[in-house]
Amino acid sequence: MTILEITGLNKSFGGLQAVQDVGFGVEEHRIKAVIGPNGAGKTTLFNLISGTLPLDSGSVVFRGEEIQGMEPYRIAGRGLARTYQNIKLFPGMTALENVMVGRHTRSRAGFVAGMLNLPGTRGEEKRIREKSLEFLELLEIGHLADIEAGSLAFGQQRAVEFARALAAEPAMLLLDEPAAGLNMNETAEVGRLISKIRDLGITVLLVEHDMSLVMDISDEIVVLSFGQKIAEDLPAAIQQNREVIRIYLGDENA
Amino acid sequence: MKQFLPLAGLAVLLVCVQLLTQWTGTTYYLTQLTMSAYYSVVIIGLCLLMGYAGQISLGHAGFFAIGGYMSAMLTTRNLITFQDQDWMVLLDKIGFLAARQDLYGEAILSFQPWAAAIIAVGLAGVIAFIIGIPVLKLKGHYLAMATLGFGIIVFRVFLASEIFGEADGISEVPGFTLLPGVTVTGSFGARVSNYYIAWTLVVVAMVMLINLINSRVGRALRAIHGAEEAANATGIDTAGYKLKTFVLSAVMAAVAGVFLTHYNGGIGPSEAGVMKSVRYVALVAVGGMANIWGALSMGVILNFLSLRGFFGSYDDAVFGAILIVIMLFAPEGLLRLNLVAKFKKMFSGGSRK
Ligand SMILES: Nc1ncnc2c1ncn2[C@@H]1O[C@H](COP(=O)(O)OP(=O)(O)OP(=O)(O)O)[C@@H](O)[C@H]1O
Ligand SMILES: [Mg+2]
Repeated sequence: MTILEITGLNKSFGGLQAVQDVGFGVEEHRIKAVIGPNGAGKTTLFNLISGTLPLDSGSVVFRGEEIQGMEPYRIAGRGLARTYQNIKLFPGMTALENVMVGRHTRSRAGFVAGMLNLPGTRGEEKRIREKSLEFLELLEIGHLADIEAGSLAFGQQRAVEFARALAAEPAMLLLDEPAAGLNMNETAEVGRLISKIRDLGITVLLVEHDMSLVMDISDEIVVLSFGQKIAEDLPAAIQQNREVIRIYLGDENA
Repeated sequence: MKQFLPLAGLAVLLVCVQLLTQWTGTTYYLTQLTMSAYYSVVIIGLCLLMGYAGQISLGHAGFFAIGGYMSAMLTTRNLITFQDQDWMVLLDKIGFLAARQDLYGEAILSFQPWAAAIIAVGLAGVIAFIIGIPVLKLKGHYLAMATLGFGIIVFRVFLASEIFGEADGISEVPGFTLLPGVTVTGSFGARVSNYYIAWTLVVVAMVMLINLINSRVGRALRAIHGAEEAANATGIDTAGYKLKTFVLSAVMAAVAGVFLTHYNGGIGPSEAGVMKSVRYVALVAVGGMANIWGALSMGVILNFLSLRGFFGSYDDAVFGAILIVIMLFAPEGLLRLNLVAKFKKMFSGGSRK
């Protein structure tokens, strides 16, 4: 079943057409990768899907519902979580607190409940904390729970951001270059983690420059170049695609 | 629970101070401590908005004044000539009116303080809601200027309206009987009880704010403060949370305005002045922004000194100077950064960039 279907997506910045008539579907419980050279429009595409940027035209259907034009928090509430190419943690909050914010869509206490701190609210708060610790431990950073997120090493910050997105127990996860800036061991680790997430029943849409990682874990690949989709196929076929080799892989190996 | 230990300490301190003034025959200090307590309710509410949610307001004296002026006007305006009108009969039926006699024995029919307070605070909340929707879309300097504009408008409205006493303000505001035997009033015999009434309000407000800060909502506010876009994408209704926080802090300011007006027996336009708003912002900033105890202690100490005339004719200048110093040493601190963290970082040798 298709969980995400985007059609005819367009976005321009001034005269620059960053995303041009892009459309594809993502099957449930799969890992789909979006690749393409720098500036191809991959991050912009993610921002359009998650509602962070308003789109010029096109439609985004997520779990059977049109979500284009919705505020990001509403889209998040429908089960879409994401990470960022340039990590966006909440500074001044600990790793655990960052992940606890990730539980926002899975909890309810509002202003009045918060001010009165009734037993029900306390119970919910306790469950948020426990669940968040579980996700930190899943990422093997449980020991960093009480450290301010901003003061963690780069790789650890990525892990915290990952845990924060997972804490929402999303139906779908958008990962923008999850292995950027990581060493080979860490990259392999991230690859295993993404496969594990898929096996947990979460659909993954992934932007990544590390080709061996992409080829390893993806079920399907979309290639963008100058804002346009130039190919969409299985990893093996993408590796053979001449156009792709020319504009993308070729450039790198040249 | 451990976050409430300081509150227990505060309660003990408050009783000690009261007993001390009694033994040393200096109970007149209690008057300024009571007034400072009410001002600090504004300040801790603003601390939630500025320090935690990261949204500045230079218009909070406006909300304080809306609370105070509305309550003063409704409880002093003599409606006796309207007493046979249908709407007056209705108001009387639901218990909103109170008859009394003024100092010269003239019969006065006006709003009952409870009703006046509810209307005053409700109005402040509604105005904050209406103003907040467009204004909170702005950030940083723009938000500061827009809220400043709001404060100026409120100030001019009170100053120019005959019904609000123009430059003289409103006086002879009656006491506000909260419960039988518990009255907010400045009358001489009620000094000690009013000190405790004011501080009970502070403690209740502190408990609720500390609870809120440590709740899911408090976490969401800090997330908005730190990275608004990411907070929104994490599922937080950032606009809604900012608006609710703005309204909550405005309501707290209005409650303080109502209480202080009944305590002082009146209110004048200076309470609505821009310098008052600047003062509240300066006190939150000097308290450490995201530090509710800092805001409370600075609010009480500096307002107390100010009310005792300690700063002489430089009163407003002192708060202006505080702002300049903060701008110089923590320019982002005023609008968004957590000063305490910044200082910690400064003294930890700058291990982070
Ligand atoms: N907010 C913006 N305003 C103006 N131009 C933008 C904006 N965001 C992106 N662009 C431009 O749009 C194009 C696509 O950028 P985008 O970040 O989506 O590329 P990308 O495929 O993610 O690249 P990379 O691999 O470097 O991350 C680029 O030319 C970029 O400069
Ligand atoms: Mg990118």
